[in-house]
Amino acid sequence: MEGLTLSDAEQKYYSDLFSYCDSESTKKVAAHGRVLELFRAAQLPNDVVHQIMELCGATRLGYFGRSQFYIALKLVAVAQSGFPLRVESINTVKDLPLPRFVASKNEQESRHAASYSSDSENQGSYSGVIPPPPGRGQVKKGSTSHDTGQPRTSADQQEPVSPVVSPQQSPPTSPHTWRKHSRHPSGGNSERPLAGPGPFWSPFGEAQSGSSAGDAVWSGHSPPPPQENWVSFADTPPTSTLLTMHPASVQDQTTVRTVASATTANEIRRQSSSYDDPWKITDEQRQYYVNQFKTIQPDLNGFIPGSAAKEFFTKSKLPILELSHIWELSDFDKDGALTLDEFCAAFHLVVARKNGYDLPEKLPESLMPKLIDLEDSADVGDQPGEVGYSGSPAEAPPSKSPSMPSLNQTWPELNQSSEDTAIVHPVPIRMTPSKIHMQEMELKRTGSDHTNPTSPLLVKTADLSEENKINSSVKFASGNTVADGYSSSDSFTSDPEQIGNNVTRQRSHSGMSPDNTAPPPPPPRPQPSHSRSSSLDMNRTFSVTTGQQQAGVVAQPPAVPPRPQPSQAAGPVVHRPVDADGLITHTSTSPQQIPEQPNFADFSQFEVFAASNVNEEQDDEAEKHPEVLPVEKASDPASSLRVAKTDSKIEEKTAASAPANVSKGTTPLAPPPKPVRRRLKSEDELRPEVDEHTQKTGVLAAVLASQPSIPRSVGKDKKAIQASIRRNKETNTVLARLNSELQQQLKDVLEERISLEVQLEQLRPFSHL
Amino acid sequence: MVHTSLDVVDEKISAMGKALVDQRELYLGLLYPTEDYKVYGYVTNSKVKFVMVVDSSNTALRDNEIRSMFRKLHNSYTDVMCNPFYNPGDRIQSRAFDGMVTSMMIQVC
Repeated sequence: MEGLTLSDAEQKYYSDLFSYCDSESTKKVAAHGRVLELFRAAQLPNDVVHQIMELCGATRLGYFGRSQFYIALKLVAVAQSGFPLRVESINTVKDLPLPRFVASKNEQESRHAASYSSDSENQGSYSGVIPPPPGRGQVKKGSTSHDTGQPRTSADQQEPVSPVVSPQQSPPTSPHTWRKHSRHPSGGNSERPLAGPGPFWSPFGEAQSGSSAGDAVWSGHSPPPPQENWVSFADTPPTSTLLTMHPASVQDQTTVRTVASATTANEIRRQSSSYDDPWKITDEQRQYYVNQFKTIQPDLNGFIPGSAAKEFFTKSKLPILELSHIWELSDFDKDGALTLDEFCAAFHLVVARKNGYDLPEKLPESLMPKLIDLEDSADVGDQPGEVGYSGSPAEAPPSKSPSMPSLNQTWPELNQSSEDTAIVHPVPIRMTPSKIHMQEMELKRTGSDHTNPTSPLLVKTADLSEENKINSSVKFASGNTVADGYSSSDSFTSDPEQIGNNVTRQRSHSGMSPDNTAPPPPPPRPQPSHSRSSSLDMNRTFSVTTGQQQAGVVAQPPAVPPRPQPSQAAGPVVHRPVDADGLITHTSTSPQQIPEQPNFADFSQFEVFAASNVNEEQDDEAEKHPEVLPVEKASDPASSLRVAKTDSKIEEKTAASAPANVSKGTTPLAPPPKPVRRRLKSEDELRPEVDEHTQKTGVLAAVLASQPSIPRSVGKDKKAIQASIRRNKETNTVLARLNSELQQQLKDVLEERISLEVQLEQLRPFSHL
Repeated sequence: MVHTSLDVVDEKISAMGKALVDQRELYLGLLYPTEDYKVYGYVTNSKVKFVMVVDSSNTALRDNEIRSMFRKLHNSYTDVMCNPFYNPGDRIQSRAFDGMVTSMMIQVC
């Protein structure tokens, strides 16, 4: 046989094993008997065992000499690590973990246990308790002809150190001795104090995950008795485990993981070995994982990017395919990054794999990142013994992980939920379309930075009145920007049933209405009366139409009364007032019925207006504007309102009557047509400038009104320009809002479409069948 | 078969020149006298092409079925891509991916 180079740890380990097998102290071990059991305990297929025996030359000799035995052990390690069995591999394979022997211990233990009543009991408990580790070659274990017939033979693979059993009887003493002994080789294994189970683990750590599995199982299920056994086992295994640990640590010192595994392997193994809870992570392990996580990502709530994780786990020297599989299992949300929980799961899987555990096909429950909504189910689903994540949260660091993954995991759900509720973004109200619209309008309103009278209304809990207001405001907007038919149809139907119809329009309107109200108000805006008036107008209109006005909403009533007056006051403009009155009445009474009147009314008014010229102070108009605009929004049919508004405007201009009245009067009358009114006004006002800013007239008027001192002609020009500019801006804002609303609607429709398509796809197979 | 696939790919490349938005292309038409099979092509936004060859002896699969299969394929592929250990261009060895593909095949056949 080729020269076999063993590391110190391996040397020690092998010598121990040899001593164990060489019960007769003949320096050679029979091929059968303990050696066979030992090899079977290595959980290798029988043919592999034969191959090993052949390679090491035992078959030639008929027995295992020390060298053959050592070679055989090395080959076992090679085979267990997944490397092909070749003679060369003995020395070429670097960082080979110590061979793992699973079942051998069981047999020995069982034998010893049989000798001890307590042991037998314990072992019985063990057997009953320890489920065979999944994915482990149970064959070997079963083969260990253990008379105790313990199924746990598979689980207990204790080191071939026979003394393992003996300590059972005297845990206190033997463990200590063992421990010390083990301590030496392990060079201060910190985990030692961790427990009898600790050392018990360590041996199995790298080499024998199975034993740890058994231990874990024991610990998990029958703590008291197993612990004793653990102690005993731990004591005995410690030596070997320590040896194993040591070599592991020696070998892997270069890599963080290896060091980590060396130090925490005990716990890790211990944990990983428990199969029913085989994937449960112990606290120590978890702490270790968390520390490792911190080295990569200081923020425990953050992610480890895929590349960093790849580097880290590559250090474990697992094949890329396995790492890839581990990643697939652990990256729960498939985001290419690992959260703390995902990282711990991945680390755990790597450790388990290094210990020989096969990777599961799907993520074990205890390793699943905790989702907020899954926490309950996880807790419920977890077996009583399983603590997993639910248990680990006991610790501070682990506690973060449950919340973290839950947070991390919940965001997809939140996203989904938000998508569902995405209809209404900022405003929580979402019960009815109107409310949605209200919210949207709120959005727009807020976006427009307008202290719209409607906005306060919107802020209020969805009331019908609010809806109405919104409708009215929407109508204003619609009136402003949309065709008359738009607003007229929407109208006034502040009625709830029509809200749906108007919703869309209202949305656009809402966007517009704030604009409408905004521009003119800037100068007059500060006047609360305007807002009130506007709101009042809206209420009024609503009350007219629906009878549900928010009387308390705003001090609208004051604005309302004046409204008719201006129309009446439009003395100079005979037909204007008449029209206005008529229109006003129309609007007030049957706003919905005047889709066309405003048109012609507008024109007429326009003409009149043009004729009248805008020489009066625009203060009134300015006042009117804010009032009118909001009032217009109140959802009067654009036409009528517009007409009224224009009339009022004209009247004010001409008669300089109570501008407030006029405006107020007009505003309620023509909420929707606000834009139209503006247009008219602007036309009228801008007539001199030949400005085509329809909506700027209102603004202009307002501006003009606010600056009475300015000479009419000059001021008018400047103000007209300014007003027109303002109106253009308003129009832009309104249009922008409208656009956003429409896009929102489009999004909603697309979502519906997608859902329908999904349903169709789901139903398709059935239809096909 | 291989050459056919290459031709299919070429055709797809040309198709992509016109409209990259087309997420799925049903390329039915490679029906050779001897080999009657259909090739379906599917292009992702990242220009990754999936080619599915179906034996026509099987009852013709409906278009939507093909599309759903491609969609599933695409989803699984993205999951595989998320794995940092996976180098684009390597043979996909993901068990989950293979399982999904196998289940799809079984479902069809």
